[in-house]
Amino acid sequence: MTVLTFTLILLAGAYAAGLLGSLTGLGGGFVVIPLLTLALGVDIHYAIGASLVSAIATSSGSAAAYVKEGITNMRLGIFLEIATTIGAFTGAVLAAFIPAHFIAILFGTVLICSAIISLKKKSNEVNLKKSYLAEKLKLDGNFPEAGGFVAYRVVNVVGGFGMMIVAGIISGILGIGSGALKVVAMDGVMRIPFKVSTTTSNFMIGVTAAASAVVYLQRGYIDPAICMPVVIGVVLGALSGSKILVRTASAAWLKYLFAGIILILAIQMIYNGILGRV
Amino acid sequence: MKIQVIIGQLLRIGVFTSIGIAFLGGIIYLTRHGHEMVDYATFKGVPDYVKPGNLFSSVFELRGRAIVQVGIILLIATPVVRLIFSAIGFAAEKDYRYMFVTLLVLGIILFSMLTGKAG
Repeated sequence: MTVLTFTLILLAGAYAAGLLGSLTGLGGGFVVIPLLTLALGVDIHYAIGASLVSAIATSSGSAAAYVKEGITNMRLGIFLEIATTIGAFTGAVLAAFIPAHFIAILFGTVLICSAIISLKKKSNEVNLKKSYLAEKLKLDGNFPEAGGFVAYRVVNVVGGFGMMIVAGIISGILGIGSGALKVVAMDGVMRIPFKVSTTTSNFMIGVTAAASAVVYLQRGYIDPAICMPVVIGVVLGALSGSKILVRTASAAWLKYLFAGIILILAIQMIYNGILGRV
Repeated sequence: MKIQVIIGQLLRIGVFTSIGIAFLGGIIYLTRHGHEMVDYATFKGVPDYVKPGNLFSSVFELRGRAIVQVGIILLIATPVVRLIFSAIGFAAEKDYRYMFVTLLVLGIILFSMLTGKAG
C-alpha cells in the first residue's frame, strides 16, 4: 500500500471513529486501534500512540465548551488528576513490558465493559449527604439547569480516587481516554450527577493522556505519519458527531447499533489477540 | 476575564493550532513520500528525525514528518499549559491548597517526562 492510500484510508476511518466515539461517548480510540491493527496491519504500539494523541485532541476540543458553561467541576477534576496521572505514568511504563497480543486481549475486554457501562441508564440524581473529606477538599459543587443552579455533594472520595488510579493505568497501557471508567468512578462511587461526571471526566482525559504521551513520545509510539490523519479525522468526526447529537438526542436504537459494532470490534481484538495475530 | 473563559479559549486555540501545523506538515510529507510503500508491521522505536536533538533542524529543513511532530507535541502540551493557567487562577483566588494540588499534577507529568525514556 502506498503512503497516500494508507493516509486516505486512515483519514476516512478516523472520521468514522470520531463520529462514533462522540455519539456513544466512548471516544475515538475504540475504533482507531482495531482499524490500525486488524485492518491495516500496523503494530499495536503505533496504534495506541495515535489513539492517545487523538484522545487529547477530542478531550481538549469538547472540554473547551463545557468549561465555559460551568458544568465541569474543576476542583474535583484537578484533584482526581493526581490519581489518573500517577496511573497513566505507571501504565505507559508497563506497556513496554506487556506482550502485544495481551494488550489486544485487554483492549477487547475493556471495550466490552465500556460499551455495557455506556448503555446503562444514567441518573442525574443529586446526592446531598455530607462527607468530611469532600468538604475539606471543597469538592461539592453545583451545575446549571433550566431552573437555575442545582447543588450536589460528593461522597467516598478515597474510593473514587482509587478507581481513578485504575482508570489511569488502563489509559496508559491502551492509549485510550478510558472515559467510561472515569464516569464509573465519579458516577457510581462518588455519587456525582451524570451531567457533571461526564464533562469532568472529559476535562480530565487531556491531562491524563499527556502524562502517558510524554512517555510514548520518547519511546517512539507516536509516529507522525500515522498520527496526522488519525488526529485530523477524529477531530472532524467528533465535530460532526456533536452536531448530530443535538438533533437526534432521543434515538435510543442508535446507541444499540453502535454498541453492537463495538462488541464485534472487541471480539475481533480478543480473538486475534489469542491467536497472536496482533 | 474569568479563568474558566481563558481556559476554554486556550484549549480551543491549542487544538486548532496544532492540527493546523500537523496538516501543513502532512501535505509536505505526502507530496514528497506519497508514492512510497508503508511498512508499520513491526515496531521500530524512535526515528532519527524526531529525536529531541534533531527535531528543530529537521523542521528547518522543512521535513514534513518533523513539522507534524511539532504539531503533535503542541497538542500534548495544550492540557499541560491548561494546568499552569489553573494554578495561576487558584493563586488569584487565594486558594493555595488547590494551587498546590495543580502544581502536584504538573510535577507528576514532569516526572513522567524525565523518567519515561528508559526501556
